[in-house]
Amino acid sequence: MNETVRQHEEPAASAPPRRRGRAIVVTSGKGGVGKTTTTANLGAALGVTGASVVLVDADVGLRNLDIVLGLEARVRHHVLDVLEGVSTLDDALVTDKRVPTLKLLAAAQTREKDDVDTAAFSALIASLRERFDYVLIDCPAGIEKGFANAIAGADEAIVVCTPEVSAVRDADRVVGLLGDDRTVKLIVNRLRPSLVKRGKMLSVDDVNGILRLPLLGVIADAPDVIVSTNRGEPVALDAASPVGAAYRAIAGRITGSDSSAPEIPREKSFFEKLFGSRK
Amino acid sequence: MFEFVQRFFGKPASSTTAKERLRLVLLSDHLSLAPDVVEALKRDLVEVISRYVEVDSSNCDVTFEQQDKQVAMLANIPILAMRQNRPRATGSPPPAAPPPAAPPTPEPPPARAPEPPSFGTAGASATVAHEPQAQAPSPSGTNATAAVGHEAEPEYRQQRELALESQATANASTVDGDAAGGDTANGGSRAQRRRRRKRAAAAGSASPQPT
Repeated sequence: MNETVRQHEEPAASAPPRRRGRAIVVTSGKGGVGKTTTTANLGAALGVTGASVVLVDADVGLRNLDIVLGLEARVRHHVLDVLEGVSTLDDALVTDKRVPTLKLLAAAQTREKDDVDTAAFSALIASLRERFDYVLIDCPAGIEKGFANAIAGADEAIVVCTPEVSAVRDADRVVGLLGDDRTVKLIVNRLRPSLVKRGKMLSVDDVNGILRLPLLGVIADAPDVIVSTNRGEPVALDAASPVGAAYRAIAGRITGSDSSAPEIPREKSFFEKLFGSRK
Repeated sequence: MFEFVQRFFGKPASSTTAKERLRLVLLSDHLSLAPDVVEALKRDLVEVISRYVEVDSSNCDVTFEQQDKQVAMLANIPILAMRQNRPRATGSPPPAAPPPAAPPTPEPPPARAPEPPSFGTAGASATVAHEPQAQAPSPSGTNATAAVGHEAEPEYRQQRELALESQATANASTVDGDAAGGDTANGGSRAQRRRRRKRAAAAGSASPQPT
């Protein structure tokens, strides 16, 4: 197993040493808004552009990024093994066979967030930045130690927020805690255009009228996401899925290749529903 | 558009309700998360009121309360006596700065108590009422009760009104700008800086701006 990992590791390891990749933490405050799904899909979408990407699961004790990515069976070592010298970094990194430029550093499932030393975790992120173009950190819910660990090494943040009062309030709090030194951008997740149209859900403008962050993208609440998570296949790799396309567009905005304004999902018109292509 | 139709039938869309509730709760959150701003506001309030009346600066209390449709600032400032020399012009220099937020003394300064009140209200200077929420007129003491209301309309997000209702002097003034901030805090609190940065960021982004 580790042989496979090492094979895929070679290109990254032999890359120019003094590279400075971007460390981006995916956070939200509130739990269950889709941080892990967002991290997995942005990782996959960035990976297919050819960029080298490592996903770090900072949710020690409640590890989920591996299962969302479908890599759970291949995790041998986790982030605490690396920090405590039980395993080398190369042995702990799991390469995604679908996207060879994408790697995962899983969290420890049987440990606690307090077991992670913030400075050591930050140093680990710094060393990953020398080897990868993008280091995406999946932040745990809450604003305690796990949050502090996850944001320590990141100079950019993506706040994931659903159009709900609780999520917006928590996102607002988190934006304050992220401080002024980080670039903070917003992804509105699980938008239901039909509800927005009928005035039964906060719109993207409502959410961002309060948070006032640069908008990276909007992800609709679609069955594709649930199905792909069930299967452990990131929807961002599904060329036919509109949600997958939305994730790839966000990746384009992160890399800078796409400068267009984010598309806001809207309800299909009567004719589109009748003669619509898919779904 | 939809909101108007809903309002016409007297039933606001639930998203409108959500937006309003969020706005109020966040205002409350930001105030409670910026104690330095509130402390500076309290200091300045006391300083301004001290130009007209003598106040018991050690027993001042400024709190914020989320009410049904607004967040109200409740300032309970015990008044001890009228000032002898009232400043006439607005441009006159303020008196010496009040003592910076002294720890609350258990009793009001006794030196002031024997002084007869210089205006008609009997016993106004002697009684120091310290109510946690001075919303109702207090019969026993003379307290300046200020209420800052944040109206429910989103248009008022940037422009907030300060209505000063004082039982003692009945002054009213309007202050533009951010009620929770101003430039009085030392270097600005984190919340202030964040707000400024947010506005700047939002101005530069493609996201549509609320009016």
